[in-house]
Amino acid sequence: MSEDKDLNKFENPYYAKREVTGPDGEVFIVDPIKDYFSDERPRVYEPNSIPVIENFLNWARSESLWVLGFGTGCGSIEIPPLITPRFDAFRFGVQMRPTPRQSNVFIISGYLAIKTLKRVIRSYEQMQNPKYVLALGSCTVNGGMYFDSYNTINRLDHYIPVDAYVAGCMPRPEALLAGFNKLKELIREGKAENANEYARNFDWYKANQKKIIKDWNMPDYNW
Amino acid sequence: MKNLIEKLSKAFELKDVVYQRPDLTFVTAKKENTINLVTQLRDYEGFSHFVLLSVVDWIEDNVFQLTYFLNNPTEKYDLAIRCIIDRDEATMTSAHHLWKQVATYQRELKEMYGIEFPGSPGLNENFILEGWDNIPPMRRDFDTKKYAAETFFPRERPKTNDPAEYMKSKLYPEE
Repeated sequence: MSEDKDLNKFENPYYAKREVTGPDGEVFIVDPIKDYFSDERPRVYEPNSIPVIENFLNWARSESLWVLGFGTGCGSIEIPPLITPRFDAFRFGVQMRPTPRQSNVFIISGYLAIKTLKRVIRSYEQMQNPKYVLALGSCTVNGGMYFDSYNTINRLDHYIPVDAYVAGCMPRPEALLAGFNKLKELIREGKAENANEYARNFDWYKANQKKIIKDWNMPDYNW
Repeated sequence: MKNLIEKLSKAFELKDVVYQRPDLTFVTAKKENTINLVTQLRDYEGFSHFVLLSVVDWIEDNVFQLTYFLNNPTEKYDLAIRCIIDRDEATMTSAHHLWKQVATYQRELKEMYGIEFPGSPGLNENFILEGWDNIPPMRRDFDTKKYAAETFFPRERPKTNDPAEYMKSKLYPEE
């Protein structure tokens, strides 16, 4: 461990501007906030103007739900039985992916601490459009049993847009499968357009996020 | 084990000895003696395993009660040393030089209760909370419910009725 320094609490040494020596001896300056992230705002993707094509695309999207392997709370323990033979979510075209860039469904599985929310926002913004959020458990609805905690959020839909809720504490894998079917219905009807809502109400979402994430040391949009 | 406690009582002025179980004893030591006592126990009495360091917030008495929980693995015996420190100027001698992992406990106590351990490595780094700017949240004078209501956009809860009153008004409105 390093010696005790008078560190600014909000300062992360990882994001500090620094000199880096490359493999061939060349020295260059790295400013992680600018170099590792893009600060472009999210864009709204309009649906295809021809309804038949849009319906076909929505059908195709609904049949390939690729879930990001990111467990936030106690609900993440429901995911292993879901994808293993007993409940076998692959029957419904649901499968897990290891990185945000390869997935389009984000399961928020249970309570969200502020520290986790920061990572959730980064992962959500890195996911490809069209993307969907499935909120699991009563903690994401109104805080659940952690409604008066100093460190967990109450309403998820103030920070990232939610397509479908699965209520319960904890919901069983069957409930989660029902949630997936509901999400599929919404996608086929063209109602799961919350990624566009996020882009339209971007400032409102950012203001809410920054209200509780005090050490905001990343760009506004982490694509 | 009573022999050991009696021997230590003379040297370190122990108070409030509680023989909780055959293999567990609580003692209370003075603040300035505590780290010396812990060092003595580790080096000469075989309490080589550090179990935990915890704190109780006695807001009524305006003190914190630190508990150093030690274990003697050869004799299978636990000894917990309590130590009372002032709540307003919560400062305690660091024990990170005895066991490396004590620094982690002290970091947590600094963040959650605001207790200072001068010289402890990484004490002021973030532990669990990132960018906390209020009073430490586990102190009992911190109102978590009020803080959560102000910060986290609470959803309005449905109205609930007292079942007896409600049934009475529905079934027998005249009475």
